[in-house]
Amino acid sequence: MEENSEQVRYAVYITPKRGVLDPQGQAALQALKALGYGEVDDVRIGKYIILSLKGDGAKEERVREMCEKLLANPIIEDYEVSME
Amino acid sequence: MKFGVVIFPGSNCDMDSFYVIKEVLKEEVEYIWHQDTDLEGFDCIILPGGFSYGDYLRCGAIARFSPVMSAVRDFASKGGLVIGICNGFQILLEAGMLPGAMLRNTSLRFICKFVNVRVENDQTPWTNHAHKGMVLRIPIAHNEGNYTADEETIRRLEGEGRVILRYCDEKGEVTPESNPNGAMQNIAGICNREFNVFGLMPHPERSSEDILGSTDGKVIWDSVVEYLNQKA
Repeated sequence: MEENSEQVRYAVYITPKRGVLDPQGQAALQALKALGYGEVDDVRIGKYIILSLKGDGAKEERVREMCEKLLANPIIEDYEVSME
Repeated sequence: MKFGVVIFPGSNCDMDSFYVIKEVLKEEVEYIWHQDTDLEGFDCIILPGGFSYGDYLRCGAIARFSPVMSAVRDFASKGGLVIGICNGFQILLEAGMLPGAMLRNTSLRFICKFVNVRVENDQTPWTNHAHKGMVLRIPIAHNEGNYTADEETIRRLEGEGRVILRYCDEKGEVTPESNPNGAMQNIAGICNREFNVFGLMPHPERSSEDILGSTDGKVIWDSVVEYLNQKA
């Protein structure tokens, strides 16, 4: 990496789509309930991806494209992108 | 006729598939490296089971971008036969060559056991040697075989006879108890609209010889051979 090259970091959150079964989340939900956390209504487990981009190519639109193409599977997953 | 078995980094059923084609069916077969793009002369491409790219990100998500996959897509669009077994099925889903996606098994466990599947359509290149309602005992071995798709897709698959195999009990009854992984409608295998692309979670290459405890998987290979012989 060049010393004075600017870097931009994006956070990508990937979660199971609403209505899509999340077996991991369900298992964690049951475990939390068993531990006495009855107030927990739902658990959904996803992924958190940190992307470091070169400043000049750091466009949110490009990150969304990466999500659509590879990082998320739009059939079963939703994603959110935010600049860090 | 010539079969091709694609090897991705992490494939582990490639040799089993190769062996069955060569030694059981006595047909010509070659390995195809995932970087190759020339599928000239092949009649049927097998995407084998395994853990391509370590199942990183999602099963099949990285493999679908292998150079060979654009060639497989072209091959299929010209009517070539493509069968994806287990991880191969997951790759076909990620590639969009078959509809839907795989979730983790509802048990959150890797399941490796013999299951029963019922043949739902015997008018395909993959099942013409079977008959509708036939129960096949074939092993599964996966962590993500919980097939899911939106309602419209499921309706279309059912309506067009594209659900080829369904998990069932030994009598052929499709029950929740006989569903090993939570797959919608007990779906174990589906085809594309043209029926030349077939994805299935059970492993016919592991059930084509007596010594392995079942020869029920062989009906799928025999069907392919029959189909290709008829076509020739």
